[in-house]
Amino acid sequence: MMDFKTTVFFFLSAILIFAALRVITARNPVHAVLHLILSFFTAAGLWVLLQAEFLAMVLVMVYIGAVMVLFLFVVMMLDLNLDQLRQGFWNYLPLGAVIGILMVIEMGMVLGSRYFQVLDSEVPSVPAGVSNTKELGALLATDYVYPFELAAVVLLVAIVAAVALTFRGPKKTRYTDPAKQIRVKAEDRVRIVKMPVEKQD
Amino acid sequence: MFNDFVAPSLYPAAPEIFLLTMACVILLLDLGVKSPRRTLTFVLTQLTLLGCAAITLATSNVEVVYTFSNMFVDDMLADFLKLLVYLTVSVVLFYSREYIQARQDVPKGEYFVLALLATLGMMVMISANHFLTLYLGLEMMSLCLYAMVALRRSSAVCTEAAMKYFILGALASGLLLYGMSMIYGATGSLEITAVAERLYTHTVDDKVLVFGIVFLVAGLAFKLGVVPFHMWVPDVYHGAPTSVTLFIGAAPKLAAFAIVMRLLVNGLITQAEDWQSMLIILSVLSMAIGNLVAIAQTNIKRMLAYSAISHMGFMLLGIVTGVVGGDARFALNAYSSALFYVVTYVLTTTAAFGLIMLFSKAGFESDELEDFKGLNKRSPWFAAMMMFVMLSMAGIPFFVGFFAKFSVLQAVVAAGYYWLAVVAVVLSLIGAFYYLRVVKFMYFDEPKHVEPIEGPTSLKVVLSVNGVAVGLLGLFPQMLMSLCAYTLLRSL
Repeated sequence: MMDFKTTVFFFLSAILIFAALRVITARNPVHAVLHLILSFFTAAGLWVLLQAEFLAMVLVMVYIGAVMVLFLFVVMMLDLNLDQLRQGFWNYLPLGAVIGILMVIEMGMVLGSRYFQVLDSEVPSVPAGVSNTKELGALLATDYVYPFELAAVVLLVAIVAAVALTFRGPKKTRYTDPAKQIRVKAEDRVRIVKMPVEKQD
Repeated sequence: MFNDFVAPSLYPAAPEIFLLTMACVILLLDLGVKSPRRTLTFVLTQLTLLGCAAITLATSNVEVVYTFSNMFVDDMLADFLKLLVYLTVSVVLFYSREYIQARQDVPKGEYFVLALLATLGMMVMISANHFLTLYLGLEMMSLCLYAMVALRRSSAVCTEAAMKYFILGALASGLLLYGMSMIYGATGSLEITAVAERLYTHTVDDKVLVFGIVFLVAGLAFKLGVVPFHMWVPDVYHGAPTSVTLFIGAAPKLAAFAIVMRLLVNGLITQAEDWQSMLIILSVLSMAIGNLVAIAQTNIKRMLAYSAISHMGFMLLGIVTGVVGGDARFALNAYSSALFYVVTYVLTTTAAFGLIMLFSKAGFESDELEDFKGLNKRSPWFAAMMMFVMLSMAGIPFFVGFFAKFSVLQAVVAAGYYWLAVVAVVLSLIGAFYYLRVVKFMYFDEPKHVEPIEGPTSLKVVLSVNGVAVGLLGLFPQMLMSLCAYTLLRSL
């Protein structure tokens, strides 16, 4: 008889595997993205089971809340031509399948061997009142301050690169300046031209 | 909590901190620079590199110093490679200035800032003693390079090259990261020296470790651009603006050498047998495919890309032959020959792309082999410089490339891999054909273009110094060689 935790683990894992499979098999890209969100969500559940509540929160907030929603927008806005994407699928299938199967067999031989078994390990028992988030924060500000700062620089690089690649100089749009319009005088708009009268014959 | 934490010493990382500060300052100051020549940005960038060199020299130490909880290492190898990176980047930016000046669609200010930040990434890689910092440095450098390749926004070829580079680079980073996580699983540490210690004192789960090393070597091979992970190299070299090709082809090779040394030699030397057999395959394939396919190229940038693949394969021979069967007698010789090879390769390749840029004009790239026909009639001096570069790359005695190849081969023979030495020599002989073909075009063919070579005097002077250095170092290679050996002796 399985205990509650194991049951939850298998329940979440089953959903995760199903969702991950649907991501690559769904014909509609929006469905694929939605299934990806589902798989992230169940992965967050697995983190909670391991008592890593901060990681679970970050996964939900950053990946689902920010990244995937953005992704969903992009997929919805891009008018993907699915038939074009599938072109040549059957031509590439034999070669791809052979290589894929070979790699699966090789990795299976390594991973399935006697030495690559996952050991039964217990979740470390943490005394009540210890906050995972606080510990991580303290580590980031002390031992891991150097990689933390480096990650900040990587983000700076991303900003500079994004601006350099997309900014094409100030936009020269046509607009009217209200102050100029108020100050306008009649002589600015109408020019009276004196012309000699011509005789009609 | 964490009351026992001692603030890390920032002293060894002073060059990095200075460079980052200056990069931010230049980014802000550049907003106010209106002139398309960007003299202020350019001068400040060069001064920053000079300042970094001064700080690195001032903080240089014979001892190995660790800081930031052992994530950062400052040893002689790091100082030596960093100084070379500053020098290379400085010269590369000097060569690039006229080139990007003549092309309207390149954002000028960001070009220098991205180059500086890429330099920072290389410095972080060179000084990394932790998988995490190594990976972050690599990403920092790569992101800058992807953006620099795509900087010519109106050119579809550049965008395509950048896209290929980005996707394959991201894949390689993923492989590298996966390998690192496997090694973490096997040894329980992300710190490179701790991994080495652990492997030395404990018996670890061999299968997991080898599984990790396979991914690690594949990731490194992608970054070095060796066969069979070389597909991006020709397309990126060809598609990128020549100034960016030069940037990618020069300084990052020094950083790549550093991470290979840190990961494989410092971290995984106990598993040398595992990665050596992989590197031998990569090396022989790179020399074969690089040299053979280069013959069929009509574009000189593509030809030099395949030549880069073969050179990286040759360099790997030096790393392979360091420790054979637990015998470390020749380690110093082998690693210093690989270091010497990389340094001289960077010197030669800088001159090669610098010359291509000198010959180009607005609207004319001068990157086809045909464009080099009759160069001797247009400018005998620069034709001679190009000849120096080509002969050095081919490994003709008494140019510096010959001594580089010779010292690597010496290490290979000392390690007892006679067949490998024979293969390397034969493939280099095949490779000599396409280098000599360029020389033939320059001296024995009628020119397609007749106008003389024009360029600012300062550019011509620096290019001449670079070209003459290729020749002079070939006559007096001893000093650089002993410098390489000394830095490695102090660092290993």
